[in-house]
Amino acid sequence: MSKKVSSISRRSLLATAGAALAAAPLGANLLHAQQGPIRIGMSMPQTGGLAGGGKASLLGIEIWRDDVNAAGGLLGRKVELVVYDDKSSASETPAIYSKLIDVDKVDLLFAPYATVPTAPIMPMVKQRGLLLIGNFSFQVNSKVGHDMWFNNAPWGPADSWATSFLDIGQKAGGKSMALLAADQEFAQNLAKTAREVAAKRNLPVVFDQAYPPATVEFSSIIRALKASKPDIVYVASYPPDSAGILRAVNEIGIGDNVKVFGGGMVGLQFGAVMENMGSLLNGVVNYNTWLPEKSMYFDGTKEFFDKYTKRAVEAKIDPLGYYLAPFGYASGQLIEQAIKAVGSLDQKALAKYLRENTHKTIVGPIAFSPDGERKETAVLQAQFRGVVDKNMEQFRTSGKQVILFPDNLKSGELIAPFEAARK
Amino acid sequence: MFSLDLLLDAVVIGVLLGCFYGAVSLGLSVSFGLLDVPHVAHPAFLVLASYAVYFLNEHYAVDPLLAGLLITPVFFVFGLAAYRLYYETFEKRGSDAAVRGIAFFFGIAFIIEVLIILQFGVDQRSVTADYIGKALRLGDFRIPYRLLVAFGVATALTVLLTLYLSRTFMGRAIQAVAQDQEALRLMGTNPVKIKQWAFGIATAVLGISGALLIIVAPVDPTLDRAYIGRTFCVVVMAGLGSMGGTLVAAIILGVAESIVLTMFGASWAPAISFAMLLGILAVRPQGLFGRRS
Amino acid sequence: MTRSSIAFWAGAAVFLAAVFVMTQVVGNQYPFFAGYIILQFIALAVAWSILGGYAGYVNFGTSAFYGVGVYASVFLVKAFGAPLPLQILAGAAMGALMGLALGLLTLRMQGIFFSIATIALTIVIETAITNWRYVGGAAGIQIQRPEVTAPFDNYVQMLFFVQALLVVLAVAISRYIQNSWIGRGLQALRDDELAAECTGVPTLRLKLLACVISGALMCAVGAPAAMYLQYADPASAFNLNYSVSTLAMSLIGGTAHWSGPIIGAIVLATTQQLLTVTISSEVNVLVLGVMLVLFVVGAPDGIIGLIARLRGNRGKGEA
Repeated sequence: MSKKVSSISRRSLLATAGAALAAAPLGANLLHAQQGPIRIGMSMPQTGGLAGGGKASLLGIEIWRDDVNAAGGLLGRKVELVVYDDKSSASETPAIYSKLIDVDKVDLLFAPYATVPTAPIMPMVKQRGLLLIGNFSFQVNSKVGHDMWFNNAPWGPADSWATSFLDIGQKAGGKSMALLAADQEFAQNLAKTAREVAAKRNLPVVFDQAYPPATVEFSSIIRALKASKPDIVYVASYPPDSAGILRAVNEIGIGDNVKVFGGGMVGLQFGAVMENMGSLLNGVVNYNTWLPEKSMYFDGTKEFFDKYTKRAVEAKIDPLGYYLAPFGYASGQLIEQAIKAVGSLDQKALAKYLRENTHKTIVGPIAFSPDGERKETAVLQAQFRGVVDKNMEQFRTSGKQVILFPDNLKSGELIAPFEAARK
Repeated sequence: MFSLDLLLDAVVIGVLLGCFYGAVSLGLSVSFGLLDVPHVAHPAFLVLASYAVYFLNEHYAVDPLLAGLLITPVFFVFGLAAYRLYYETFEKRGSDAAVRGIAFFFGIAFIIEVLIILQFGVDQRSVTADYIGKALRLGDFRIPYRLLVAFGVATALTVLLTLYLSRTFMGRAIQAVAQDQEALRLMGTNPVKIKQWAFGIATAVLGISGALLIIVAPVDPTLDRAYIGRTFCVVVMAGLGSMGGTLVAAIILGVAESIVLTMFGASWAPAISFAMLLGILAVRPQGLFGRRS
Repeated sequence: MTRSSIAFWAGAAVFLAAVFVMTQVVGNQYPFFAGYIILQFIALAVAWSILGGYAGYVNFGTSAFYGVGVYASVFLVKAFGAPLPLQILAGAAMGALMGLALGLLTLRMQGIFFSIATIALTIVIETAITNWRYVGGAAGIQIQRPEVTAPFDNYVQMLFFVQALLVVLAVAISRYIQNSWIGRGLQALRDDELAAECTGVPTLRLKLLACVISGALMCAVGAPAAMYLQYADPASAFNLNYSVSTLAMSLIGGTAHWSGPIIGAIVLATTQQLLTVTISSEVNVLVLGVMLVLFVVGAPDGIIGLIARLRGNRGKGEA
C-alpha cells in the first residue's frame, strides 16, 4: 500500500470532517495491527444479474479459507475474508475497493466475479501497485497493462476461445459461420474475436446479429438465422437468453446443414438452468471450465466438490457449481502457494513468484503469461449427450458432457451434424 | 436477405408475441388505465405470480395454467389489501397521490424482489408442461405451442374482461368510477369499494398472466424491471382503459419488434418500439384508443 | 441581497472551503470515493426536483440524462482528449438540448404520460449508445485519466471537489428558481395547468425552461462519472437505479423547498453507502424498499414536511 494515512492527527481530522461512515470501522481495525489474521478483501455480486455466479464463486473461496484455517492458516495467521456486495454494477466497485484498501487495510485483494465490476478497479490497483487476483473477467488488463494482475479464469489468449470452437466446426466440414450474440459486454467481446478469427481463415460469416438484453422470444431470430443456412453456429448468450434460444431452436429447427451449434452460451454451466433445459441441451457444443470427466480430477478436486455440494444446498446456491466455484478455490490456492514460498505478504514478491512459476490447483496446473492471463487456454469445448429432462444428478456423472477440446483433456469425439447429435 | 417467407413468419410470431404482451398488460390496463393507480409494482406482482406457479408446478406437478387459475383467488385478496393500503395512505389525502404512489409501488416492488430472492434464490426458474418446447408444423412454418397458449389466454382474458366491464353491474360501476367519481358518490354508491373491487380483479388477472410469463420464458427475481417499460408502453399506447385496445396495441408492438428482430438489426428492437410509443404520445397523447379526447 | 441570500452564500462558501481543505488534508481515499457518490446524488436530486418537484412533472429518465453525460465525456476524451471542465460543459450543453427536445416532444402530455415518455426516451437513447461502437458499444470502454491538476494531488479528490461545485451550482439555481417568478409560475402550473394558463402564466415557456435547466444539470453531474470510474458501459451508465433513487431522494426529503432533495439525498445516499459496506447483501435492496414505503406513507411531505409540522405544533409558524 503506497498511500497510507501518515499520522493520527490526520485520522482524527478525517473523523471530524464529517466522514463518519469511514470512521466507524476504522477504530476497530487498528486492533488488527500485525499479528491478527491475514485479511483478503473483495467485492462480490450478490444481487443483480451476476449474483448467481458471484455467490457460487464466493462459496468456493470460503471453502478454501476454511481448509487453510483448519490446516493452521498462513504464516501462522488465520485467513479472514472481507466481502462486500457490488450489486453487479461497475459504479459500486471503486468506493468498495477504496474502503478495502484505505479503511479496512486488507492484506490482499481478490477481484469481483466478472468483467464489468472489475474494469473500474484496474487503474486503481495499478496506480497503487497492488496485487490483484482476477475472477473470470475477460481481457480487462489488455489496455491497463498491470503487471501484478493474475486471472484465475482458464481463458488464456483472447482469441483461443473462438479458435477452438471454429476448429471443431471446420474439422466437421463447416464452410460458413453464423454469429448470434447478446448485446452485452461479455458476449460482444466473444463475438469480436470470433469475427477476427473467421476473417483470418476466410470463413464467410453469413449471419451476424446482436440481440438486445431482455429479449423474450427468439423464434423470429432463429428463423432468420436458419434462413441464412450456416454450417457453424456460434452463439454468445447470457443465462436467461440461452434457455430461450435453445427452446426456439428445438421448436423452429435449425436446419440439417448445421454441423456444430453453441460455443459461448453462458448459463449452460449452471445447475438450475441445465436441469430446466434437460434434453434440449443434447448436441450443443459449448464452452465450460470444469466437468466431471476423468481427465479433470486433480489433487483435492473431489474433496472440494464433496464440501461444496453440501454447503451449496444449504445456501440455495448452484448445487453443481462447476463453472466458478473450483476456480474461486484455486484463487486461494494460488495465493497460498505464493505466500508459503515467499514467506511474507510482500506484494511485489508474491507477484514475482506467481508470474514465474507453475501452480498446482484443484483445476489443474496454472501458469501465467506476462499479461496475467493463462499461458495456454484451458477453456473446454464439450458436447452434451444423452441428457434427460428434470434430473440434476445426471450431470454429476461423466459422459453427459464429452470434452472435445483441449486435446490433453479430451474424453470423446464430436457427433455431427447437430441434428444427428440431438437424438 | 429479404424474403416474403421470413416476413410472413415474423408477422405471425409477432402477433402471437403481441398477444403475450397484451396478456401481461391487461391487469395494468384496469389498475392504471381505469383506476389511475400508478402501479409500477405491477410487473413485480406478475413475477411473484410466476414464482407461485413455479412452486405449484415443481412440487405438486400442477399444470402451469391450472396453477395460474388456482392462485387467482389469493391474488384477488392480495389486490384488495394492496388497494386499501394505497387508498388509506395516498388517495384519501388527495394531492400528489400519483407521484408518491409511484415511489410507494417502487418500494413494494423492491420488497417483493428481495422476498423472492430469499425464498427461491437468484437462479432463473421455469416450468414443465406438454406444450412447452414443441411446435405446431404448418407446411414450412413452425409455431411454438407456448405462443399459441399465449394467444388463446390473451384473447380469452380480453373477451372476458370486456364482457365483465360492459355487461355486469359491477363492471359498469367500475367504468362509471373511471369516468366520474363524484357523480357516483352522489348516486349513493361508495366509489372506494368499487375501485377496491376493480383493483382486486386487476390483480387476480395477474395470476394467469404470471403463469403465461413463466410458460413463455424462464423467470428470475429481477425480471420485473424489464417489464415496467413494456407493460406501461402497451397500456399508454392503447389509450387508458380499453381492453380491446390494449390487445391491439400489444400486437402492434409485438409485430414491430418481431419484424425488426428478423429483418433489420436485432439490437435496434427496443429502440424501435419505444420510439413508436414516443411518436404516438407526441401526436395523440390520449393513445390510439383513448377514452379521453 | 437579502439576509437569507447572504446566509446561503456564506454557507455555500463554508461548504466549499471545507471540501477543499478536506482534499488537501485527508490522506485516506475512501471518504472521497464514497463522498463523491453522495454528492453526485445530491446534485441529481436537486436537479430532478426543478422539474419534478416545482413543476410536478415526474421525470423517470434521470438515468438517460446521467448516461448521456457519461457518454458525452467518453466521446470527448476518446476523440479529442478533452479536459474535465470541457467534458462537463459539453455534458451540460447536451443535457440542455435533450431537455429541450423532451419538452417539445411532450408539450401536450401531462401527468403519468410525461413519465412514460421519459421511460421510452431512456430506452431509445440507451439502445442508441449500445449500438455505437466508437464509444465501446455494449462491451463497454476503459478510459485513461490524464494527469491531475494542481493543487490536487489525486484525481478522485479533484473529482470530489468538482462535484461539490456542481452541487452548489445546482442548489443555487434551484433556490433562485424557487424564489423567483419562475418558481411561482411552475408552482401554479403544478397546481392547475389550465388555470395557470388562463391567468396569463406562460406555462409552455416555463415548462421548457424547467426541462432545459434540469436536463443540463443532470447531464453535467453525469459527465465526471466517466473519469471517476475510468470505465463506462451502457448497462451501468443507464441503470434504472439512478431514476428510482433520485425520485426517492426528492420525495423522502420533500419537494416543497429547495433544501428537501438535499436532505433526502444525504439520508438515502449515505444509508446506501453504509449498507454497501455493512450488511452488504440482498437485504440492502430490502432496506431501500422499506424506507421508500415508510417515508411516503408516514411522511407524505418528506422530512422537511415533518420538520415543518413539528414546528407548527410548537405554534411557531415560520417558512
